[in-house]
Amino acid sequence: MVAVRKPKLAVWKFSSCDGCQLSLLDCEDELLAVADAVEIAYFLEATRAQVKGPYDVSLVEGSVTTPEDIRRIRKIRKQSKVLITIGACATAGGIQALRNFNRVYDFITAVYAEPDYIETLATSTPIQDHVPVDFELRGCPINKYQLLEVVNALLNGRRPVVPAHSQCVECKAHGTVCVMVSQGTPCLGPVTQAGCGNLCPSVNRACYGCFGPKEMPNTASLAGWFGDHGLGPPHVRDFFRSFNAGAEPFRRESEAHE
Amino acid sequence: MVEPDRKDPPIMAIDRDGLDALIQCLAHDGYQVIGPRVENSAVVLGPVAGVADLPKGWTDEQAGGHYRLVADGRGEDGALFGFTLAAQGWKRYLHPPRTRLWQAHREGRSWRVEAEDAAPRYAFLGVRACELSAIHVLDRVFDNGQFTDPGYAKRRGGTFIVAVNCGRAAATCFCASMATGPKAEAGFDLALTELSDSASARFVVEVGSRAGAAVLTGIPHGPATAADIAAAERAVANATAQMQRAAGGREMVDDAAGVLSRNVEHPQWDKVAARCLGCGNCTAVCPTCFCTSMEDTTDLSGDVAERWRRWDSCFTLDFSYIHGGSVRRATASRYRQWITHKLSYWHEQFGTSGCVGCGRCITWCPVGIDITEEARTLAESEGRT
Repeated sequence: MVAVRKPKLAVWKFSSCDGCQLSLLDCEDELLAVADAVEIAYFLEATRAQVKGPYDVSLVEGSVTTPEDIRRIRKIRKQSKVLITIGACATAGGIQALRNFNRVYDFITAVYAEPDYIETLATSTPIQDHVPVDFELRGCPINKYQLLEVVNALLNGRRPVVPAHSQCVECKAHGTVCVMVSQGTPCLGPVTQAGCGNLCPSVNRACYGCFGPKEMPNTASLAGWFGDHGLGPPHVRDFFRSFNAGAEPFRRESEAHE
Repeated sequence: MVEPDRKDPPIMAIDRDGLDALIQCLAHDGYQVIGPRVENSAVVLGPVAGVADLPKGWTDEQAGGHYRLVADGRGEDGALFGFTLAAQGWKRYLHPPRTRLWQAHREGRSWRVEAEDAAPRYAFLGVRACELSAIHVLDRVFDNGQFTDPGYAKRRGGTFIVAVNCGRAAATCFCASMATGPKAEAGFDLALTELSDSASARFVVEVGSRAGAAVLTGIPHGPATAADIAAAERAVANATAQMQRAAGGREMVDDAAGVLSRNVEHPQWDKVAARCLGCGNCTAVCPTCFCTSMEDTTDLSGDVAERWRRWDSCFTLDFSYIHGGSVRRATASRYRQWITHKLSYWHEQFGTSGCVGCGRCITWCPVGIDITEEARTLAESEGRT
């Protein structure tokens, strides 16, 4: 490669469990190569050293749940050439978006002795609701190979290979037998984006939808199947209401079974 | 590779030990023997080392969006090929889900490109008649005189095929109406018919090629008796009878190609789209769906680049993505594209139907969309007007 200034990479955290940031540290075999290819300018999960912006690439984990988050993400956006959201929190609001279906004040009073000290928003929302996002990487957590692929594609000026098709495509490519057809097990695979590496189906379990809705998911048809196979409305609702509860197609389908 | 003999060879018979010897013999000859085995909740294809690996005593129950393994209840006498079709077919071996086509290494200011040319030598054990037809359909796609896919040609050229005729049809089978089964007529090295009603568990063996004849000489076998041959014919006749629509079986409508080409605009497309998940399962399990996408990857340094080919599906939005967006945005247009290609203009493109009547797309569609019913609905609507 021609010797050029290494791109400055920053990793930011919002409301999240840090699992997606850990996926970057979990790259083990490839981590030294990544550290060699980019300047890790801001990544508190890994180092206290901080380099000031602007940044070439910002990876953003977590959802927006406080007024301060809104101010911070706007500032980060201004300092970043490319902003990539990583994980279900940043792309759909995460598991904490369950608050969106209830009154957040009820949760606060149930958990905290002094609820008045808590300043929080009524909803947990994805980063793209607040600032323009250049690319989103799905998953709860993200898949480390997809993360490497995106970093890699950016460094080499090519399109990342991150298909938006269903988990079923991944099952069939792996030779995994469909649990819906062969066992009658309710599965979110047909409406969920591929990319996890076929984790659950390959060990004979249904898909939980960690990667969120695939392109143009037919959630109504799948919900119809759930109903035909004995799931009552609360169960159908709960199927669509987990890590990606706030993703629009899943939110709408879950609300249709209230 | 299959080269038919000039005269009909005599019909032979082998027992289970003979079949075991056949598997050993093929492995000894350097073939990787792929056959049916039970994994999780279905019969799947994978490496088999002997008769003990085969799905003895298992049969299957299939319907739209429904597959169950069912014990045939005969214990030690259970049939080895009492099931109909494995969950996926031989396509994954001849036309794998992911294939690296080449790798390029940066060398100074230029690149050194290395093509992939390793191909395993497979022996396929238990190829059904419809699947044999499907392999011939794939041959026309990948090695048709005008175009040759070198990887496919290499994998296919070295393949030894042991066909197994069907003695029973699943409720999703309709090969008889597609004229592709249930008996393998050509294109095999050896074809077996399991005589499951016989206490001695024998197979009638037809030889389809010189390679098949040569392998047979190396394993214990004898001439089939007239009774064996009659029993084999009865088995196949049973499967044919089970597919008759008048007897509750399944058939493709007559002139499906014409029906589809005349109904490009039809309210049924929106009805099926309301059910269709757009998941791509049908195209993945279809033994003739061959569409792929290319993926280019690099390592972090940019010094190594690779081109991969992976299965794609006309049901994905990306598949029809061209400059400016996806051409087939609506699920209705994607389903129409698939079934119309499969049943209608495949004829114009490759001189044959793209459907062989295996019924896998019906079974493995999670919501049980039925290619025969969709075609029939269109055909019957023509009758009404």
